[in-house]
Amino acid sequence: MSTHTDPARGSTDDATTRAMSAATLPRRLGWWYVAEHTWRGMRAYAWTIVMEGFGTPLVYLLGIGLGLAAFIDVSVADGADGPVGYLEFVAPALLASSAVGIATAEFTYVIMSGFKWRRVYWGMNASPLAPEQVMGGIVFAVLVRMLFTTTAYYVLIVAFGAVGDPWTGALMPLVGTLGGMAFGLPLLAYAASVTEDKGQFAMVQRFIFTPMFLFSGTFYPLDTMPGWLQWIGWLSPLWHASEIGRALSYGSPPGAWPVGAHLAVLLVMAAAGWVLARRAFVRRLRG
Amino acid sequence: MTPVIAARGLTKTFGDLTAVDGIDFEVPAGESFGLLGPNGAGKSTTMRMVGAVSTRSGGDLRVLGLDPDTHGPEIRSQLGVVPQEDNLDTELKVRENLIVYGRYFGIPKALCGTRADELLAFAQLEDKARSKVDDLSGGMKRRLTIARALINEPRILMLDEPTTGLDPQARHVLWDRLFRLKERGTTLLLTTHYMDEAEQLCDRLVVVDHGRIMAEGSPSQLIRQYATREVAELRFGSDRNADAAARLEGMADRIEALPDRVLLYTDDGEALLERITDLGLHPTTSLVRRSSLEDVFLRLTGRSLIE
Repeated sequence: MSTHTDPARGSTDDATTRAMSAATLPRRLGWWYVAEHTWRGMRAYAWTIVMEGFGTPLVYLLGIGLGLAAFIDVSVADGADGPVGYLEFVAPALLASSAVGIATAEFTYVIMSGFKWRRVYWGMNASPLAPEQVMGGIVFAVLVRMLFTTTAYYVLIVAFGAVGDPWTGALMPLVGTLGGMAFGLPLLAYAASVTEDKGQFAMVQRFIFTPMFLFSGTFYPLDTMPGWLQWIGWLSPLWHASEIGRALSYGSPPGAWPVGAHLAVLLVMAAAGWVLARRAFVRRLRG
Repeated sequence: MTPVIAARGLTKTFGDLTAVDGIDFEVPAGESFGLLGPNGAGKSTTMRMVGAVSTRSGGDLRVLGLDPDTHGPEIRSQLGVVPQEDNLDTELKVRENLIVYGRYFGIPKALCGTRADELLAFAQLEDKARSKVDDLSGGMKRRLTIARALINEPRILMLDEPTTGLDPQARHVLWDRLFRLKERGTTLLLTTHYMDEAEQLCDRLVVVDHGRIMAEGSPSQLIRQYATREVAELRFGSDRNADAAARLEGMADRIEALPDRVLLYTDDGEALLERITDLGLHPTTSLVRRSSLEDVFLRLTGRSLIE
């Protein structure tokens, strides 16, 4: 016969039994709870997220589509079937850069704050969650945000007629998100190991994100750059994601890198970043 | 009965530094157990090991009969942790903080909501449910942190310096809440460098210094064992305290000459003061008080708790 007792009372043996079953759900779904929490936190800047999803693309597409593209009447690049319009060329790169932009925000200050100012990761750490789950949940939440933004972007570029084949092109949000993660996960690993704010993230923005945005064949094909600058593109997840996007939209011109090669680079970067970020979280939280 | 926490030879080293140096203690269910010591004594490191977020370097540790190295999530599922520095989510509202935290224990959302409301009442924060965390006072934030730590109905509530930085009134409100938990049978494990806090809240405590346990017992046992019933505190002026202490030699059970005052340990402070006046010594101020854990600490380590 059992009677109701205050759970705080009772023998240690009861407590051991209770502990064994109480950790089952968190062991399996801990990462999801972290994602739930992260999304709730994102509500504080939900307006920024929506603006970024629809507003920023709109501004770029109007600016480039009505302005620059009208002005540049020679084609800058070829697709599988010959020359393509300027807006068509730029659109996949803009889409991918929106995911990379999210990475520079979500995987820098937000992470540092979680450890240092808001300190929320320490709270999670005291719960049944493992550091790997904390990291996994954050990444998943950001992944969903990237998918939202890149999908919004995709809808807009289709509306602007900037996608050659809207059916294969529909994979672009996934590719853009992969690009965002290939750039973001190594950044996350770095951010999780930064303990003092000495303006490192402003440097990342200025000396990594901006040059990458400009030198990754975003606005003109990478091979128009002098050879000694092209390496920036080869190292840049943005270039690889843009090239896959272009292949999906209007096909690769002869002599381009195979899509599989671009994909491999992105996957390797994302996987390496994932491993390093996991290690950084474990070290920081379980030191 | 198996103790809820059992540490034997528990050690933690960081490189060359030994933060916790082979400590032994046991906490039975329902007890309120304290780690008293100055900053850097190894209290927080011990708490982190018991909280299964830091692996031990040596010795043995069982929490709820489980090894933190292999059953971290299981142990943490039964703990409530109130850290030294608040880590409430300032981007969420007060009630949301409780709900989000409850989810980490796999508690269904609806149940998190019910418990959140109960705990807000317990923490006397019902009318703040929709406030931003940053709008709360320091004492309210601490109470919210305690409420958050109770969302999973923990077996053990761990509090690291629970009232540091709070004003006296806020401390008393907090002590009252903790006392209620104690009455309900929750096991409390707390660290503090405040003697009055240890005296108020702890059934039993260990005095820790340099990672080692210096003494163990109930507050009154420790005072009886390491101090006298009363203490006379005399001030002669900072340049004359040492001289005066020398002249008072032999008049009390024990004399401590501190830079700012002389402490005389005796069972009858008033009588001692009279004898001192008869001797022709006139301290600028004098005060007789009951011995406290501060005196125990001074006796054990030769240092004050708060320097």
